Amino acid sequence: MENHPDELVQIKASPQKPKLTLQEVRERLSTASGKKYWRSLEELVDEPGFEELLENEFPAGAAEYENDGVSRRNFLKLMGASMALAGMTACTRQPDEPIVPYVKQPEELIPGIPKFFATTMPFPTGAIPLLVKSNEFRPTKIEGNPQHPASHGATDVFAQASILDLYDPDRSQASSFRSEHRNWGDFHTAIDQYKVKAAASGGAGLRFLSETVISPTLASQIQAVLKKFPAAKWYQWDAVNRDAARTASQTLFGQYAEPIYKFEAANVVLSLDADFLSGAHFPGFLRYSRDFISRRKLTTDAPMNRLYVVESFSTTTGALSDNRWPMRASDIVPFAAALAGMLGGGSAAGAQGFTAEEQKFLEALAKDLKANTGASIVVAGDQQPPELHMLAAQINQALGNIGKTVVYSDPVELVPTDQAAGLQQLVADMNAGKVDMLVILEGNPVYTAPVDLSFEAAMGKVATNVHLSCYRNETTRFSQWHIHGAHYLETWSDARAYDGTCSVVQPLIAPLYGGRSAHELVALFSDNPDVTPYEALTTYWRQNGKASGDFDSNFRKWLHDGIIPNTASPVKTLSPRGGAPAANPLDKNAIEVVFRSDPTIYDGRYNNNGWLQECPKPVLRLEWDNAAMMSLDTAASKGFNQEDIVRITVDGRTLEAPVMVVYGMPNNSITLHLGYGRDFAGRVGNGSGFNAYAVRSSKTPWIGTVEKIEKTGDSYKLAVVQNFTLIDAHGKKEYESRSVQGSEALRRDLIRVASYEEFKKNPHFAHDEQFLEDPKPAETMYPPYDYSKGYQWGMAIDMNSCVGCNACVIACQAENNSPVVGKEQVKIGRDMKWLRIDAYFTGDLHNPRAFFQPMLCQHCENAPCEPVCPVGATTHTPEGINMMVYNRCVGTRYCLNNCPYKVRRFNFLLFSDFETPSLKPLRNPDVTVRSRGVMEKCTFCIQRINAARIQAEVEEAHLQQSDPNATRVIREGEVVTACQQACPTEAIVFGNINDPNSRVSKTKAQPRNYGALTDINTRPRLTYIANVVNPNMEIGDRTGAPGKSYITDLPTAATPASAGDPRGAES
Amino acid sequence: MATKGLTDLPPSQRPYLADPPVIAPGHTFASVTEKIMRTVLTGRTPLGWIGGVLIAFGIVNILMVAFGYLFWKGVGIWGITVPVGWGFAIVNFVWWIGIGHAGTLISAILLLLKQSWRTSINRAAEAMTLFAVMCAGMFPLVHTGRPWLAVYWLFPLPLTMGVWPQFRSPLIWDVFAVSTYFTVSLLFWFTGLIPDLATLRDHAKYRITKMIYGVLAMGWRGSARHWARYETAYLLLAGLSTPLVLSVHTVVSWDFAVSVIPGWHTTIFPPYFVAGAIYSGFAMVLTLMIPIRAAYGMKDFITMRHLQNMAKVMLATGLIVAYGYFMEAFMAWYSGNRFELYTFKNRAFGPMGYFYWMLITCNIALPQLLWLRGFRNSPVLLWMMSIVVNMGMWLERFVIVVTSLHRDFLPSSWGTYKATRWDYAVYIGTLGFFTMMFLLFIRVLPMISIFEVRALLPQSRINSLAQENPQ
Repeated sequence: MENHPDELVQIKASPQKPKLTLQEVRERLSTASGKKYWRSLEELVDEPGFEELLENEFPAGAAEYENDGVSRRNFLKLMGASMALAGMTACTRQPDEPIVPYVKQPEELIPGIPKFFATTMPFPTGAIPLLVKSNEFRPTKIEGNPQHPASHGATDVFAQASILDLYDPDRSQASSFRSEHRNWGDFHTAIDQYKVKAAASGGAGLRFLSETVISPTLASQIQAVLKKFPAAKWYQWDAVNRDAARTASQTLFGQYAEPIYKFEAANVVLSLDADFLSGAHFPGFLRYSRDFISRRKLTTDAPMNRLYVVESFSTTTGALSDNRWPMRASDIVPFAAALAGMLGGGSAAGAQGFTAEEQKFLEALAKDLKANTGASIVVAGDQQPPELHMLAAQINQALGNIGKTVVYSDPVELVPTDQAAGLQQLVADMNAGKVDMLVILEGNPVYTAPVDLSFEAAMGKVATNVHLSCYRNETTRFSQWHIHGAHYLETWSDARAYDGTCSVVQPLIAPLYGGRSAHELVALFSDNPDVTPYEALTTYWRQNGKASGDFDSNFRKWLHDGIIPNTASPVKTLSPRGGAPAANPLDKNAIEVVFRSDPTIYDGRYNNNGWLQECPKPVLRLEWDNAAMMSLDTAASKGFNQEDIVRITVDGRTLEAPVMVVYGMPNNSITLHLGYGRDFAGRVGNGSGFNAYAVRSSKTPWIGTVEKIEKTGDSYKLAVVQNFTLIDAHGKKEYESRSVQGSEALRRDLIRVASYEEFKKNPHFAHDEQFLEDPKPAETMYPPYDYSKGYQWGMAIDMNSCVGCNACVIACQAENNSPVVGKEQVKIGRDMKWLRIDAYFTGDLHNPRAFFQPMLCQHCENAPCEPVCPVGATTHTPEGINMMVYNRCVGTRYCLNNCPYKVRRFNFLLFSDFETPSLKPLRNPDVTVRSRGVMEKCTFCIQRINAARIQAEVEEAHLQQSDPNATRVIREGEVVTACQQACPTEAIVFGNINDPNSRVSKTKAQPRNYGALTDINTRPRLTYIANVVNPNMEIGDRTGAPGKSYITDLPTAATPASAGDPRGAES
Repeated sequence: MATKGLTDLPPSQRPYLADPPVIAPGHTFASVTEKIMRTVLTGRTPLGWIGGVLIAFGIVNILMVAFGYLFWKGVGIWGITVPVGWGFAIVNFVWWIGIGHAGTLISAILLLLKQSWRTSINRAAEAMTLFAVMCAGMFPLVHTGRPWLAVYWLFPLPLTMGVWPQFRSPLIWDVFAVSTYFTVSLLFWFTGLIPDLATLRDHAKYRITKMIYGVLAMGWRGSARHWARYETAYLLLAGLSTPLVLSVHTVVSWDFAVSVIPGWHTTIFPPYFVAGAIYSGFAMVLTLMIPIRAAYGMKDFITMRHLQNMAKVMLATGLIVAYGYFMEAFMAWYSGNRFELYTFKNRAFGPMGYFYWMLITCNIALPQLLWLRGFRNSPVLLWMMSIVVNMGMWLERFVIVVTSLHRDFLPSSWGTYKATRWDYAVYIGTLGFFTMMFLLFIRVLPMISIFEVRALLPQSRINSLAQENPQ
């Protein structure tokens, strides 16, 4: 402003100032605009009376102060307020967020105390019953439902990680039509119009394509729609389907039936390429692994079972087995046929095309099976052809197992179909122009359908494609309508477990983005389009529930328990019929390719899940990628090195993938995991791995023949968290000896193992003299700390029970807010998991035995990490827990260096995601989200201990109101660590070791109890129960020659390999 | 100086040659003062010096960028990982601290042992010590995950919270040892400078230089009383510094020896670290002095006698270090400890074995050439050898820190270490910082102690007395 100060003074001084009102100012300004407006404003300032106007416009208090200098009280008030406001402005401005306490507090909600709700995760092979933790109505952690027979409280990796999918920022958040935003009402209208049009033809052009439907309500809804539109058709497609088993049961029994195994009753188990111990891709895994391991805990008098595995890959089942034979997938049918022949009275010599060793294996196996008739099981793998499933059933029949260890009941899917044939039929109809409306309920067929069907091209011939999905994926790109789906934690539904037991899928949270479920979408086509999933569900169960009494109270109980009673499929009395199917062995020199579902991302549906991407695959310990996996000899004979990219031609189609050498694989066989190589998965999954679907056709759904395999000359870095495999010039040397890591693990007494015979003679073998001795507690200058009082937390891990399934690893990550670091960081060894499962291979690397050692903080009583921390950021509690004080940690990493178990994890960079809003509700509010520069490690879930302690103390205070001497201690079972909770085989036991009756004390009291690296006087609170293996010595053992002692004679490699690291040693 | 005729004889028949003199003949008090002072009080800065400082300053900027990025992103920009939690930063820390040993050793211990030849090199060696300790001091701070908290938590401020550092941790001992060493070395160096600062003050032409040197000289007038107190103070500081020479690297070695890691957990570490420190310190003095004596024409003061003596010290400490290596390996075998034994086999024959053999070559094999008098008489060869020893001592720390960690107790956690460009940037950056500081030093302060060298002259009474009563 150009005002002259003198002029202003003059105006102020002028006693007769004319009045100016706001109205006049407004009028004056209303005619002005632009520059003129500002000029008018300036003129106004000079106007007499303006000052008075301003004064009148000021807050009353200020004027009062000026007018009434005596009002001290008001003056002080003003001063106080301005001081306070001055302080406010100095702070960072906080966003305006209304913080409103509950006006009506929800019943039973105590802020800060989580609640648990029973629900169920639908999965194509059967539902996983769950209890989900809810912190103020946001689900934060998934646990198994202990009441459910299919879980007993255990979970697998998929269930544990599924909560991350709920909060995935890449989820589809809106529906669209031809990429334009649409809402549900628009879609509703469109379907209503279609229904009118389709009514005439009976829905001749209407097709539904769903994933395997295990929801009775959804199945009944679809069937109702099919009744309304009799010409419409419904197909199911899962890339990892059980067509082979279904076909076999059709052939054998004339109906669909599912074998259910009773592993706890089996003395001898033969797995024919069936990986039933490594994850949910095998139906009933949680229950089966628990039952199987119950015969290997050796705490009762029940004899140890024996597992034979003949497999085409290195799985945890094979690694754990007592006798294993690597065999190409294509050779397993002839093998089973030979075995069936021998059980039927044939001899091994009659088995054509087998080597002497294989015949020896067959003979001993047949003998052992015969000796255990009615107490043995033969399991066939899902990726094997129907012939093998038929042979397995016939062998079980021949051994008298059916009805004892193997029973048949209904398949888990409501409407079993031949999915591949159905999909072919659908594509044929689409190509013929017979389809005008294709409704795809979840799933991603463009990505997963057999490549020869060219599903996306067929979609182009359909007038309207509707795709319901939580993600915008490959299929969305070819669909006109995209309806954003709801996660199973957001919607009502129901699902069947592997044995048919139904559970309600109960939502834990309202749909975050208003997504819709398949129930709603299917309902649109029905007569009652606005039925909600809840109504559909209750309607169905009102009609089909088998409980007597009032439905509503029943339903509440089902919800609470997570089980709908009396829904388990009835046992069918069936006996296989027909002769042995023809076996067509593959040429010995041909290379086969075997497709398998991925142990961590399944068929690709978890591709965008960071926890699963960064979960090391069992045995392989590979993260973030798949690879062309082959044996040492196959790679060597072809001249491939680890990480060389090879071009694989199958049936005229090619795939480029890096080589990964896997110990114990059969020669001339390549395994490819499905689910990788996606471009439309999301920010996590895009670009990781190689798309095996590109060479998977309907002719070769599981096993194909490689026409050509050659090096491209490029290489690709794989992120392997534990390096034991390599095949370069140096690697050959290591291979010719043994696995250096495995041998060293034995030499260092990390693994202590005996055969079952030796164990029976000497149960204390884990403390034999050749093992390193623990120093005596008295051998120290310092007075010992008295740990004999109060709670003393400890853990025991049964090495014989661990199947290496990784459920604990993901459970730990979910519970403790562990970040995902990404492939690049994993490659250089900066994995942030607090719990890992170390694998050690022993014996001949063509067919090694693996030992799984879950490794987490051992909570040493003499922890080497504690005295070296210069700031005391890691200290010991009186209850024996080695803990971290994150606030105090400055990140010297000395504790990491000095930790003999290398279980400490350092935030080298800012690994935690503090920004993404959708990930914030996911965090466990009881665990700090660690920032950069801080060391972290397992805390024995100290937040769970403290929650139980608070609960006990509150109850004690209540009790003491009536009886002052009353005590209430934390009871056995009240503290369950996240890893322990998830473990399907109860390998992990945690509790108070001061209580002699606690499970952990009893477990530790076993003679096989030993500590790792205890000779350096760490005195760990975590101990291991030594391994016992039960090989059939007639075959000989793959770890040592027959007749040798396991305890003393396990071969070791004393010299370090000159190169043990594919990562290379450079600096 | 050797005469020509004698060198023609075969070595076995050569008569014993007296060591070359400490100061070249022909100097007077005035010529000594003039010659040393001229490098400082000259108005003409040598072009080579300007070029050197510019290059060094450029490298210091690399250091600043590397530190800036480090604080922005975190220590994850370096190659450290699990299981190798310490990498270049700690290697460099130990290496620089080791280099920092020579200065105080030359100044204090040789003073107490009345090794008068030390006077020509002690000033520069002490300055080198200070700069080396500065370089070293950067690393423990910046290598922490949260350096802003490290300062706060590591110094035991008397806080009302009562939260003290963990006094059992060798890292806390490090904080005390290194900061004490730096403080005492600085005081010792500064005390030794006072008479020379007064000389500079008296000779300075410009008012501003006069003022600066005047303030620094703290009113030194050279009175007998000043000299008496000065001598006492200097001797006391020398006495104080002497145990520090031994203690600092002992404490640094405890960083490793106190741990349980095979390859670190070794009682021989303290003496062998100290010997190694002196070894590398003398090597660094040679690396600096040989070019400087040539560039500044100081061959009269830093004579072949000095170079030879330093070479002999290197040979002796090198042999101690070699003994240390041998005993480490011997004890690994003799103890029968399977972890220890594996570590030593792995160190020599494992994936990082070539570092070990480079280390043996640089620190043990090649320095045996120092037995040859001809070798010791050649400044060029000595300079090359000093570089070799510096490299060897860096490799030694690398081998100890990295190869011990990369394969320790748990085979599943074996990994490797690969330094990143930021590791190199920080290392090279500190070399630049060191060079720059040293160049600044020789420009503004007398690099050789004027008054002490004057005392070495035959004219000096002290010297003549010393010659009358040899110890």
